Amino acid sequence: MRRLINTVRQSFRISVQNIITNKMRSFLTMLGIIIGVAAVIGLITLVQNATSSILGQFSELGAGTLSVSAPGTAMKSGLTDADLQTIMEVPGVRGVSPQVSGATAAVYDARVYENVSVTGRNELYFAYNDVIESGRGLNASEMNGSINVCIIDQDFLKNIFKGGEALGKRVRLNGAEYLVVGVQKKDNSIFAAYSDRSSLDGSVIIPYKNALTMSWSKNVTSLDIYVEDGVSNAEVEERLRETLDKIYNHTENAFQVMNMDSLMDTMNSVSSMLSTMLGGIAGIALVVGGIGIMNMMLVSVSERTKEIGLRKALGAEPSRIQTQFLLEAVILSVFGGMIGVGLGCLIAFVGARLMDTSFAISPSAIALGLGFSAAVGIIFGWAPARRASRLNPIDALRAE
Amino acid sequence: MRRFGSKRQSAGASVSEPYQPGEDEILHMAHIVKDYRLGEENFRALDDVTLTVKKGEFLAVLGPSGSGKTTLMNIIGCLDVPTSGDYYLSGKPVKDQKEARLAQIRNKEIGFIFQSFYLLQKQTAYENVELPLIYANMPEKQRRERVEEMLEKVGLGDKMKNYPNQLSGGQQQRVAIARAIATNPTILLADEPTGALDQKTGAQVMELFHELNNEGRTIIMITHDSKIASHANRIVRILDGKLSEGRLEDA
Repeated sequence: MRRLINTVRQSFRISVQNIITNKMRSFLTMLGIIIGVAAVIGLITLVQNATSSILGQFSELGAGTLSVSAPGTAMKSGLTDADLQTIMEVPGVRGVSPQVSGATAAVYDARVYENVSVTGRNELYFAYNDVIESGRGLNASEMNGSINVCIIDQDFLKNIFKGGEALGKRVRLNGAEYLVVGVQKKDNSIFAAYSDRSSLDGSVIIPYKNALTMSWSKNVTSLDIYVEDGVSNAEVEERLRETLDKIYNHTENAFQVMNMDSLMDTMNSVSSMLSTMLGGIAGIALVVGGIGIMNMMLVSVSERTKEIGLRKALGAEPSRIQTQFLLEAVILSVFGGMIGVGLGCLIAFVGARLMDTSFAISPSAIALGLGFSAAVGIIFGWAPARRASRLNPIDALRAE
Repeated sequence: MRRFGSKRQSAGASVSEPYQPGEDEILHMAHIVKDYRLGEENFRALDDVTLTVKKGEFLAVLGPSGSGKTTLMNIIGCLDVPTSGDYYLSGKPVKDQKEARLAQIRNKEIGFIFQSFYLLQKQTAYENVELPLIYANMPEKQRRERVEEMLEKVGLGDKMKNYPNQLSGGQQQRVAIARAIATNPTILLADEPTGALDQKTGAQVMELFHELNNEGRTIIMITHDSKIASHANRIVRILDGKLSEGRLEDA
């Protein structure tokens, strides 16, 4: 044990000396490992961070949510109130929130704003989503289609109310007066970030019945369904499909059900596949780096033949020489690995900033990078170390 | 490729009776033959060499280059094994040993002193002397004391932190001597120890050899220079691989 510690300590000192004396060569040798490890860490961290950001927003939006799109058939378009009631009674369904989308013009303060997006919702949307910044959401009593209240978004507040007080004010939407009862939070989701809303003056949410009237349609074609806690989405999705099949009399393509959970599963598997693939590509860089280490160690062994001969004459056993050269290779590659980890984290950090996703260093990626570089050192240092240990002391001492 | 410790059976020249080391005999060679293959031909570097060295002797092996004295040194130093013949060091046979075992024997029994010093250039005088003690697995504290004692003995107590290129040739050879005596070996084996030094520093090194010999250390010195050999108290001559006892007056 003491012998091993001695050998390790001495080899460490010799390796550091060699790295310092041959600065340029050591750096170029390590560069392969540095690039390999930096690529592994950088890419894996980047993919993981991007995925967790996206998944986080997905789950904010849709954990325990099913989305139904039901254009219906020629005989029966969309879903009636009675259908909604039927869906509400499906076991495991906690709530149903219709979504009616359209656009109209708004009039406020004697000015006309042509591009206002209107979305019809019910009270449950506000119960299950945390979207209100000030004021309130919609009430159940406002769902009969005759009460004109609206919730505006931040764009509406900025462009139409010019940032002033909006609550309690009235705007004219599609010819009818609406009372502003609430203001939405800024929408930070990636869907908002990637959809172009610059041409819009603003968005409002009104009771869905009002929105149906506004868009000249009778029935709802899009719904969010909230699943009860402790019930699996897939189970509810199954029952929901049966119910909708009955509603549409088993006509094909009358509806679509989107399960956010299965979407997240898909995302997860795509991201892990991406990690593996990118990691594999980066791994090739590591192997190339390893070959660089092997080359340098072979050069080092032949340069230091005389030194090896002397060490043997002074009583170093072959195993000790082998340990020394193996450790030198490992120290060289782990040192490169550590620089690579730092560089990889930097790449991931800059990448996260540029892509506007969250940044977290994963300890497993660091362990992976260091472990890989140590393994590369052992694998590619083995042959040169073996060669050194087998040198004949007489020939080695005589070498120039 | 020549390998250490590979089995080599002595061909006919083995001693009939098992060797019983005489008192004070620390080295005994009987009918040592060493052959080298040079292409198709066999070259006999040592031819039936028999040699006994007693404790406390200062022996010079005198011979011109090509006489086989380097081969003899390699075999005495356990860097090489003979083709046939028997070799006993401290009463123990050195034969058919694995290379790891030979390394341990070298570490314990032999202190090498080379013509061109062979110091590790990137390590200090202290670290150079420390090296054989590390291989002997001596604990650090004990090692430190020993290294300091050795360097002071050769008059370099103030140069411990110096690197070889910051020392003169004579000083470098004295570091090498400190390294050779550090493990307190049975034999100091010197190969042309003054070959790379001028006369004055060479004389100082020989002075040191005398001191070490007076302390009771056994020294075997290999040289082609009869003047240097005259420092020894016994001389053997080697020519064409054959050893003959010489007289001091010859030198």
